[in-house]
Amino acid sequence: MNRVVITGFGVVSPLGNNYEEAAVTLRAGRSAIGQLKNIPLDGLLTKVGAEVRNFDPSAHFSDKQLPLLDRCSQLALVAARQAVAQSGLKFRDGLGARTATIIGSGVGGLATLDDSFHRLYAEGSRRVHPFTVPKMMISAPMSHITIEHGLTGPSFTVASACASANHAMGVAFQMVRAGVVEAAVTGGTESVFTYGTIKGWEALRVMAPETCRPFSRNRAGMVLGEGSAIFVFENRERALARGAEILGEFIGCGMSSDASDIVLPSMAGAASAIRACLADAGLAPEDVDYINAHGTGTAANDATETKAIHAVFGAHAGKLAVSSTKSIHGHSLGAAGAIELAATIIGMREGFIPPTANYTEPDPECDLDYVPNETRAAQIEVAMSNSFAFGGHNAVIAVRR
Amino acid sequence: MSVDTDVMDIVAKQAKVDVGALKRETHLSELDLQSIDIVELVFAIEEKFDIEVPYAPSDQNTAGISFETVGDVIAAVDGLIAKQHTDKNAG
Repeated sequence: MNRVVITGFGVVSPLGNNYEEAAVTLRAGRSAIGQLKNIPLDGLLTKVGAEVRNFDPSAHFSDKQLPLLDRCSQLALVAARQAVAQSGLKFRDGLGARTATIIGSGVGGLATLDDSFHRLYAEGSRRVHPFTVPKMMISAPMSHITIEHGLTGPSFTVASACASANHAMGVAFQMVRAGVVEAAVTGGTESVFTYGTIKGWEALRVMAPETCRPFSRNRAGMVLGEGSAIFVFENRERALARGAEILGEFIGCGMSSDASDIVLPSMAGAASAIRACLADAGLAPEDVDYINAHGTGTAANDATETKAIHAVFGAHAGKLAVSSTKSIHGHSLGAAGAIELAATIIGMREGFIPPTANYTEPDPECDLDYVPNETRAAQIEVAMSNSFAFGGHNAVIAVRR
Repeated sequence: MSVDTDVMDIVAKQAKVDVGALKRETHLSELDLQSIDIVELVFAIEEKFDIEVPYAPSDQNTAGISFETVGDVIAAVDGLIAKQHTDKNAG
């Protein structure tokens, strides 16, 4: 079995649009949740979210490219460029065929769908733009990444709602570890800020009106985010041989399904995925310093996740640091696991644990160390990151410094 | 009392029970309604009465409305309809 290291990192998210910007936001523990600016708010009860700011598509793409690129593709392509550039890998010399491209996404090009169907149903138009289908398809961001970088190996998009990115990166890890490929470009992307989507989330009654307060007693639900984080995973021997900078080691993943409810989380399913991840990574519970929690800020998730951590870690649960960076970058659904891995790697490399922002009131049902509000100076050696999706699809990953 | 009857009908339909089996005192928890069923119930009520029900199960300090019994639902709907009239007249 090969060891798998991370040699490329890219992020375009509410945390910032590259590693350095994201590190500043995370270190400050400054929540990027605020009033939505990119869509009209009339008729919406939910007026907050975590948007990608200062992102000018025309600075990154030509007039010829843009009509093909939904925002979820734009964010992913820019993040992938950062990751590939940092890795220093060139894929067109044959490596491309031995590199997998596996991207997680929850829903795909919703803005494209919304715009196109609005033309038809509301504006009475009789046609939509010819690129509607290739622009909206959930696999489009992944497709464009392969085209831009000459990645001719295995490529697909993984959709498991809010666990999509962790599933994608977990599979990419397994493929590199097994030697099926030498490298992988992997991560997640999502951009869901449209009137129709927010109405859909509002109808489910899980949206916080003001902000996201994971694990806090007065939490009132989730806040949507958007963004992309993309990484280059590489066979460790290969990376060492070429003297690449190693940003961290991806050491395991665990997956499970609740097979119970389409929206309610299950303690047993979550615990099962965490245990599977520990076993896969060859870790004892005591080895883990930090968990980047799923921590959506809903009543159901946070209490259930806390119970699952207790069930798996026993006495060590009280010594672990657990934070939900969704309080800072929102819940970016299919990209969440990737943005949270980005946050975890930044904390690991910069010597701090990112906090749970907006935490104001202890909850007897959530009794772990959530690193409330203040960034904590600490050296993380081993971290895990949880994603528990609607539908009961759980994917937990582990990394080592 | 048409609100009573309509709410009873909606609850009965959602819970898949005979409307005759429902009383105002009936607890929703007795009807085997999961949280997602309550969300669907609230949607049906909003559609029926053209009101916005501030139901928020995730809000721990619930600023919104919580339902224990069928009577709670009826009372909430009555209140929201009255409030809507007031708001319209005021507006």
